[in-house]
Amino acid sequence: MNAAPILRIENLCKRYGDFTALHGIDLEVPDGEFLTIVGPSGSGKTTLIKLLVGMEQQSEGAIWLRDERLDRLPANRRPTCMVFQSLALFPHRSVGENIEFPLKIRGEKKPVREQRARELLDLLRLPQDYYKKRIDACSGGERQRIALARALAFDPEILFFDEPLSALDYRLRKTLEKELKALHERTGKTFVYITHSLEEAMVMSDRIAILRNGRFEQIGPAREIYTRPQSRFVARFMGDVNLFELRGGVDGSTLQAQGLSAKPDALGTLDIVADRHNTLVVRPERLRFLGPESAAEFIAVGTIAASYLLGSRVQYEIDAEDGATLVVESAAEAVELSPGAPVRVGFDRSDVHVIAERAA
Amino acid sequence: MSVRERRLGAFCAAPITLFLALGFLAPLLVVAAFSVMPSRVFDLAHVPDFSAFVEFVQQGYWKSLAWSIGMAAIATLILFVVCWPLAWAMVHVFGRFTQIITALVVVTLIVSENIRLFGWSLTLMKGGMIEGMWRSWTGAGFDGLLYNVPVIVFGLVYVYLPFMLFPLVQGIAMVPADAPHAAADLGATRRQVLLEIELPLASPGILVGSLLSFVLAAGAVAESKLLGGQAVIVISDDVETAFTYGQNWPLGSALAIVLIVLVGSLALFALARLDLDTVMGRAER
Repeated sequence: MNAAPILRIENLCKRYGDFTALHGIDLEVPDGEFLTIVGPSGSGKTTLIKLLVGMEQQSEGAIWLRDERLDRLPANRRPTCMVFQSLALFPHRSVGENIEFPLKIRGEKKPVREQRARELLDLLRLPQDYYKKRIDACSGGERQRIALARALAFDPEILFFDEPLSALDYRLRKTLEKELKALHERTGKTFVYITHSLEEAMVMSDRIAILRNGRFEQIGPAREIYTRPQSRFVARFMGDVNLFELRGGVDGSTLQAQGLSAKPDALGTLDIVADRHNTLVVRPERLRFLGPESAAEFIAVGTIAASYLLGSRVQYEIDAEDGATLVVESAAEAVELSPGAPVRVGFDRSDVHVIAERAA
Repeated sequence: MSVRERRLGAFCAAPITLFLALGFLAPLLVVAAFSVMPSRVFDLAHVPDFSAFVEFVQQGYWKSLAWSIGMAAIATLILFVVCWPLAWAMVHVFGRFTQIITALVVVTLIVSENIRLFGWSLTLMKGGMIEGMWRSWTGAGFDGLLYNVPVIVFGLVYVYLPFMLFPLVQGIAMVPADAPHAAADLGATRRQVLLEIELPLASPGILVGSLLSFVLAAGAVAESKLLGGQAVIVISDDVETAFTYGQNWPLGSALAIVLIVLVGSLALFALARLDLDTVMGRAER
């Protein structure tokens, strides 16, 4: 991977009348990276991709492709390509003609086009006899691959994806996620993928950018975003999580948070920032059940409210004493607890990540 | 399809089948039968001959047919060129105004074609709105704008506009919304998007609109009579004359049959060329 950014977004802003969809965002994507932009609906991700591919014009800011102003080029002159959510395959053309389309537009001769299309069928693990097949005779997963092959035939500098897997069933989606990651490694192209699904993002990406209300909330490798979220929004967005908000003053010995009791000095060692809204983040798998004799630096008491089997793991919901709900995950065979059972759960300072947000 | 569904289908189609058999097929067969009768007979109890068709060739009735077909073809072409941008904008640009435009176009159908054409006649004739105003401003008059071939074609375009416009709107609406964007994203210019994506995907609408306009225009008579005067005689005019003033039913029938066969085979040829399912992407192969 080359470290020089191939794509640079600078203070990008998009307004629709009084509504601001993007608030001056910045982003750099290194050449060859698989970057996923994740956000809930209404976060501005669709607006962002429309600006990137030239379906809309920004209100302010710039998009650079290396040293070139990408945003000044019309859609059909941009050296980038997008796989649409609908895939946007051409129903009146065969599979082969779909894949060849960008080459035909460029004026390539038929034998050259066909050869390239057949190479791409191989690359996407589609049978050669699909060349003459009709689009409507192909399954959802096959169409996905055809759309990818067509985009690759264009040989774009950057490949954009607008939630192309969202319409597929779970198992096929999982398979294609891995295929896409493998394809990224094989082609070495820069992929910028947009989705609302964090799972998708985690499986495939080198880095994840979390978009919320038209601003990037956090950009970083998946692991970092999962373990070191910079805001409660990101922490929650990345999956089930226990958030212990520090309310009132912190005197170093007690913790006024959701029925949690802490050992003396346990809090003092955490990265708590004065004058900020501090929240302790503890992932469910870092909380553990405590026997009567066992100890932990932070302890909460409550009763089991519900349990959910997640394959090899079980997730427990616990009603803590002050009315908060805690989430604990443990190996399925480790413990077996029924709803109503009183429990003690605990964690140590090494299990904690502290979010220090500016008060809104 | 189950037996029950088939029976239900036949039951539902029964009224229209009966109506078409009595109202469309039966008269057509009578006309076909009269077309092979000797000249100026009023019943079918005669030895068939092809004298009426010989008359069609020898008396120059084919010229009327050529005028009808030619003007219909030109009118259809003009209609397509005029309606395509409007239909495209009705689907993609106008938004709420599309309904207003639709209503305005439909309203024209409420008023009889003849009355609307007389309106144009009053506008274009010598001493009419245009020539009269011109004369009052400049002092010099001219012969008016009626009684020529272009004005007949104008009349055809004017009268049959809805029959081209609405099928085109349907056709353009059938183009998947992302397909033109995807084509542009893959490098296609506006022209290539039109030729490679929009026209082929909208072709069912184009075909239906063109067929309707052409078939109706080829059989039209009012435009040539009211706007064209005696500039040219169209085939429908000849048919009418043969049945009325001429009192020659076999000739009228023969002229009608020639027109029907020509237009009908053209329509069948066009429809067969285009597998609607292929275009719609629905066929399973």
